[in-house]
Amino acid sequence: MIPIKDLKGFLCPFLRVSFQQKLYLTLFFSALYLSSYGQEKKPNICAASCAMKCVEVCMDSTKIQRLSEVIVVAPKKKLTYQRQSKPLSSVDEYLEKAQQITMIKRGAYAWEPNVNNMATERLSVTIDGMRIFAACTDKMDPITSYVDVSNLSKVTVSSGQEGSEQGNCVGGAIDLELDKTGFKEDYLRVSIEDGFESNNEQKIVGADINFSDEKFYVDADIIYRDAENYSAGGGEEVLYSQFTKYNLSFNGGLLLNENSKLSATFIFDEARDVGYPALPMDVSLARGIIGSVAYEQVSLGPLTNWATKLYANSITHIMDDSQRPDVPIRMDMPGWSDTYGFYSQASLKKEKHQFLFKADGFYNRSLAEMTMYPNDPSQSPMFMLTWPDVRTLNTGIYVEDNIAFGKAKLKLATRLSYQNNFVADDFGLNSLQIFYPEMEASQNRFLSSVSLLYSKKVKSFDVSVGASYATRAPSVSEGFGFYLFNSSDNHDYIGNPELNNEQAIEFNGAVSYKSKKLKIGVSGNVFRMPNYIIGEVEQGLSTMTIGADGVKIYRNLNDATISNLYLNTEYKINKHLKWNGGISYHRGIDSDDRNLPFISPVAYGGALSYHKSTFTAGLEMQGATKQVNFNPIFGENQTDAYTVFGISMGKTFLISKNTFYVKAGVQNIFDTFYSTYADWNNIPRIGRNIHFTLSYKIG
Amino acid sequence: MKTIKHIFPILCLVLTLASCSTEDDDLFEENPVADLLLVKSMTANDHTIEIYSADNQFTIGYNELAVRIKDNTTDTYFDNPTIDWTPVMHMTSMMHSCPKSTITNSEFPNVAKGFIIFQMPGNDTEYWDLKFNYEINGVSYEAMDIIDVLPPADGMKRVSSFMATDGSRYVLAMVSPSNPDVMVNDFTAALYKMENMMTFTPVENYTITVDPRMPGMGNHSSPNNEDLTYNSATQMYDGKLSLTMTGYWKVNLMLYNESGDVLKGETVTDTNPESSLYFDFEF
Repeated sequence: MIPIKDLKGFLCPFLRVSFQQKLYLTLFFSALYLSSYGQEKKPNICAASCAMKCVEVCMDSTKIQRLSEVIVVAPKKKLTYQRQSKPLSSVDEYLEKAQQITMIKRGAYAWEPNVNNMATERLSVTIDGMRIFAACTDKMDPITSYVDVSNLSKVTVSSGQEGSEQGNCVGGAIDLELDKTGFKEDYLRVSIEDGFESNNEQKIVGADINFSDEKFYVDADIIYRDAENYSAGGGEEVLYSQFTKYNLSFNGGLLLNENSKLSATFIFDEARDVGYPALPMDVSLARGIIGSVAYEQVSLGPLTNWATKLYANSITHIMDDSQRPDVPIRMDMPGWSDTYGFYSQASLKKEKHQFLFKADGFYNRSLAEMTMYPNDPSQSPMFMLTWPDVRTLNTGIYVEDNIAFGKAKLKLATRLSYQNNFVADDFGLNSLQIFYPEMEASQNRFLSSVSLLYSKKVKSFDVSVGASYATRAPSVSEGFGFYLFNSSDNHDYIGNPELNNEQAIEFNGAVSYKSKKLKIGVSGNVFRMPNYIIGEVEQGLSTMTIGADGVKIYRNLNDATISNLYLNTEYKINKHLKWNGGISYHRGIDSDDRNLPFISPVAYGGALSYHKSTFTAGLEMQGATKQVNFNPIFGENQTDAYTVFGISMGKTFLISKNTFYVKAGVQNIFDTFYSTYADWNNIPRIGRNIHFTLSYKIG
Repeated sequence: MKTIKHIFPILCLVLTLASCSTEDDDLFEENPVADLLLVKSMTANDHTIEIYSADNQFTIGYNELAVRIKDNTTDTYFDNPTIDWTPVMHMTSMMHSCPKSTITNSEFPNVAKGFIIFQMPGNDTEYWDLKFNYEINGVSYEAMDIIDVLPPADGMKRVSSFMATDGSRYVLAMVSPSNPDVMVNDFTAALYKMENMMTFTPVENYTITVDPRMPGMGNHSSPNNEDLTYNSATQMYDGKLSLTMTGYWKVNLMLYNESGDVLKGETVTDTNPESSLYFDFEF
């Protein structure tokens, strides 16, 4: 066993390098860097930038093949801009368009992405391959909330073990790829974006500048959003659904020689006054500082595409209830999550084999507090650590081999990781020892995954079958959380450091057909999950939260089964008109045939899009059937069926050499009042919403 | 000049080290009550009786006390004196004593230790006095003085004197934790039965159930508490007290005799937020 002290020392080299990089980058961005970062003590890395550009969800052909779904957020292609009905929508709205993703909503901001009906703790969510962990004990800040469309070029959604390249996961992975201009000859572009949404008076302003030459590029962008409360269908105002956020990002690259380049990215994201109508508390501040520096080399001996990245990020999240007039007790719940990590990867091609080798690691510190102020002012505040300063060290290797056999391909992949969790705060350790007297401060886990995927082209059909096995460690909340209140099932949750690793045995298959006009694909997967981790009611424990129904402790179930089936179609009606549509079925049960929570009912969607010259138009439809499988034990009730429609139109104008885009549309045209199975405490979704986007690009 | 520059700090260092070490030795040998506070000294028989406590006063409840007797003529402390003590409350219409331990020699020969559980404070018309009967080198002496017994500074309740359903009067005092923390605290209490006005005897083999609550936060409880049970070695009751957060806690108690009858206290329910037998504290 490696002593903890040594493990911590292991980080020092990172910090030193990051400091040098900071110096280097300060030359470029000193003014902005210091003003945005001056209050933070921790050494962070670098800076970089991105372009704001156009945005769209594109039904990539890979989507039909289902294994990794790609959402294009800011493509370079001019025309693609016009296809997205609301180009300046949030990252969340882009993600929601992906068929494998569902978003759990607790308000208008910071939705939690689920892949294959599995949430954050079962996924690996990364930004450019960087591990980042949310700082909120109540999942109010999924890391997708710390970027914006201005930063991103695309999002890759991987199902099951296709996602294990980025980190341990069982359900899949989401990697948000930052947009970088790259090395171009004498390139300078400035663009300004402006958006408005009528329903919640959301104002969006953004600007970005990209400069590059053959050996150097730098991008910078900023986006600002400010929204009031939204109204549900029928006009009812949803209180505490306002938010304000801004995001700054920088991006830079330096070509060292023909074989190598150095790049750096820096994101500063801050949201303030964010309301969560589904929850009893709001957020006064959610701040993410994310940086990385990367070195890439085309070849290294027999290896190619050698890329190494060092990164650091720091998340601060302050929950408060000061805006709520009527609470049983006032409380503050701040949380912090800092992560330092690295990865280094390279490819090797040998005859029929295409290998990818990757070594990676991260060190995360998660700390969250809760202070409650008694109504009797003579009594002292009540304080507890809800995340007891948990230090997670995870290091692993990932190896992938793609073997080509003519028209068929076999992909083998494996990840082996070592994870140590250490409760650094004695106050927190003593707290948990109330429940687990034998608990030790440090625990080690070994995590492994293997997967194989066979795909073959038969005439116009693509066929693939795959199987995998994976394990994951409990999340910080599952392992070490202390009286975390879940307002959906109205229970306090206690973490369980004695949990076993959760396992997943997955089988998947897909068939797709492709002709000139028609694409059609069917895919499905089944996850059999021994030791599935979920909170179970513990009788006899006293609730801490006033009004809670009971206390749950995270337990390993014998097993659970989650299955998903997807059908996608795309049909080109003529040169200008195209149909896209899909329907999906999902089911989740445990070994006692109980329904698992947050499993989607049958969901469907379709879009007709028209595109001719500089004019675009789209008609969208989205809906779900009545929820049949739900479980009151997990706070669920039946959700009704719904179907909503949207429409949008756009036009591009050329003004001298500059481009001016105008886009307008209506969401939820018929002002339908509805909520979905994924809306926390059944908060209704936004009603009719008219939105405008203006974009002006110079150069 | 250069050499002086070097010599001076070295000299300083040597002096400091030297002074430190002698002081330490002296402290170790001469002041075994260094961590304690002098709460009372009585002068009688050409002796001074010094009483020390961790607290800066005699407080109602459990008081752990250290006593040493100084020979005023030689200014030294007597080794291994035999001491007996008797606290007495002088009320307007009667007198009574309170639970106390014997007072025995500690690891230091000139310091004796014991405890007294005062069940009520003194006031303008009612007061406590403390009488010592002690023997040094075969000669018996007596000393007595009035002492001030005060309520605790935080106003919290750590002792309860009550009439039980069996018709007897008991005194129950919280011994530890003296500094509670967010953890499973070792919980110790002393239970005495009042045999008569002047005699209190430790009660054996009863049970005291423990139910800590936070009245400021929905009166919630905590898990994995252990009832107080009798420990014959210490003649006290030991249990466990889980405190899940800082703040104001009320520890509701119920006293059961050997045959399982409730002698005092009530179960906490939604309609009955507290027991009539309890301790409370805030941290």
